[in-house]
Amino acid sequence: MLEIRNLSASVDGAAILNGIDLAVPRGEVHAIMGPNGSGKSTLSYVLSGREDYEVTGGTVLFEGRDLLAMEPEARAAAGLFLAFQYPVELPGVGNANFMRTALNAVRRARGEEELDAVQFLKIARAAVKQLAMPDDMLKRNVNVGFSGGEKKRNEMLQMAILKPKLAILDETDSGLDIDALKIVAEGVNAQRGPDFTALVITHYQRLLDHIVPDRVHVLANGRIVRSGGPELAHELEARGYAGFADAA
Amino acid sequence: MNAVQAAGAASFLGRFEGLRERLPGDREIRDRAAAAFRAGGFPTVRDEAWKYTSLRPVTEASFYEPLLSVADGGDLLAELPVLDGPRLVFLDGRFRPQLSVLPENIEVGTFAETAVFGRLARPDRDPLVALNTMLTEDGAVIGVPDGVDAGLLQLVSIATDVPGRAVAFHPRHCIRLGRGARLMLLEMSGGGGTYLHNPVTEAYVADGAVLVHVRLQDESRTAYHLSTLYAEVARGGTYDSFNLNLGARVARTEVHARLKGERSATHLNGAQMLGGTQHGDFTTIVSHDAPSCASRQTVKNVLSGRARGVFQGKIEVARAAQKTDGYQMNQALLLSPEAEIDSKPQLEIYADDVKCSHGATVGELDAEQLFYLRSRGIPEAEARSILVRAFLTEALDAIGDDTVRASLDRAVDAWWGKQAA
Repeated sequence: MLEIRNLSASVDGAAILNGIDLAVPRGEVHAIMGPNGSGKSTLSYVLSGREDYEVTGGTVLFEGRDLLAMEPEARAAAGLFLAFQYPVELPGVGNANFMRTALNAVRRARGEEELDAVQFLKIARAAVKQLAMPDDMLKRNVNVGFSGGEKKRNEMLQMAILKPKLAILDETDSGLDIDALKIVAEGVNAQRGPDFTALVITHYQRLLDHIVPDRVHVLANGRIVRSGGPELAHELEARGYAGFADAA
Repeated sequence: MNAVQAAGAASFLGRFEGLRERLPGDREIRDRAAAAFRAGGFPTVRDEAWKYTSLRPVTEASFYEPLLSVADGGDLLAELPVLDGPRLVFLDGRFRPQLSVLPENIEVGTFAETAVFGRLARPDRDPLVALNTMLTEDGAVIGVPDGVDAGLLQLVSIATDVPGRAVAFHPRHCIRLGRGARLMLLEMSGGGGTYLHNPVTEAYVADGAVLVHVRLQDESRTAYHLSTLYAEVARGGTYDSFNLNLGARVARTEVHARLKGERSATHLNGAQMLGGTQHGDFTTIVSHDAPSCASRQTVKNVLSGRARGVFQGKIEVARAAQKTDGYQMNQALLLSPEAEIDSKPQLEIYADDVKCSHGATVGELDAEQLFYLRSRGIPEAEARSILVRAFLTEALDAIGDDTVRASLDRAVDAWWGKQAA
């Protein structure tokens, strides 16, 4: 599903990623853990196509396609979804309209028929119910005045509606908010299945109590320094990152 | 009168000499206006009030007097987002009963019939008002009696396109609201080709009356729109306006609002969306003459291409106007490196117990917001348009009436359609 080969990237001329190799097979959930400054957020932004990150080497294949050559919107249409660590507020943009525009853009790019407002609301209301969100969530402006937890829920709502093949969850610093983590975990677990692949990026092991990953990778100094099963997360929790940073 | 005209102020003065005997109303007022215009001519960028707006394209062009138009104007009217209900339609500055739907609950007439100049306009100080006073032939005269809620009335100006024969017209409108009266006036102007639309409006808002004045300026992209409005608000009254400027090659919307009675209020909100080489100037002068009055202004500009937006906002607070509450905000979104905004707030305060603030912001579209939308699959062009619309939506939210709001939304949609084309 996702194959990252020797990926290097820099921000403002500073090298952050220094040759990442990582393969995530279809239907699996992988976690990337690492100390602050190891390049976790940079990896998520490079994969989703943010402009201010410069790829200096390597390739990323998404279902065999060159992901790095695609515009952010084309990546979304191909089935990639980034759940933002800090979702952006969009004053003046209604949540329902925003999600329908997004869903229809993705459907259009895939050659599928667009949905009218009634068809969309049916899907959206079902997703809202499934995530136990308040009904007025769709009527409000995107993330404006939302609590931290509501913003996370709104990300999970978008994920439920867009039904990506690969979700990247950037939860780098949000480990401190246990409620937010649970919301993200519920969102991921609801999607889990043979057609849903996820890359969960986190600093703390706690999130992985709620989303049990198939594989755990440790990122240090812009490289994957160790990979293992879910037990690796517990080892990190006990020992900390110190030893791994040296290994890089 | 159909001969080719000399350009500039001289041609308008020449026309006045030719028409002088036949124009309706007080000849002395017209002569004084002509004398003022003869002495001063068109303003130039050397005049402080016109520093950012050059009228050179207007003064260098030749304009003709409107013919008694044979066009029925129905096609031009259909291009504006006119609502059902009463409307007064002016074609090339002249009242067109065939296109109008007269209201039943209020008194309406025309300047051509009444020929009464009001006392608010200042031809001695404002050159375009002098030009208007000198040459005006027609306009709307609207009166809402004491205590009457007149609902919605539309005032529409359309200009016909006669290639090679650009016309100039100078309508003179007067709106009077009696004590406790209410009116929602939706004014819109459009047309085809090149022309000069130079209206002067006087609005008298009596004690406790509320005039909501929503204006859509959607003139032809090769036309000139130079409008001046004077509003006078008595005790407890409100003049609440929203000005949406989308059209014209060069446009200036100048509003003088005088809060004359205690606890009166005015809102001079607006938005300008300009592209190409359009120039749009929104100039306001709010005079707080009495205590405990409030003025509010939020103006948003969306500028693309090489468009230039101007906002000049002056708040004058007289010595007697204690407890004044004045607020002014101008925000601009620049969508291209060549777009420009000039923002000039001005406070003149002679009272000591007042609360006045002003602010201005200039920016581009937010990169984080744009990325967020694109990461959800929305193509860049569509994402940009969503963010621009959102910026404007916040300005248009100032319009409380849903039907009128929908009318302006239609105009904004059409503007986008033209940009994309």
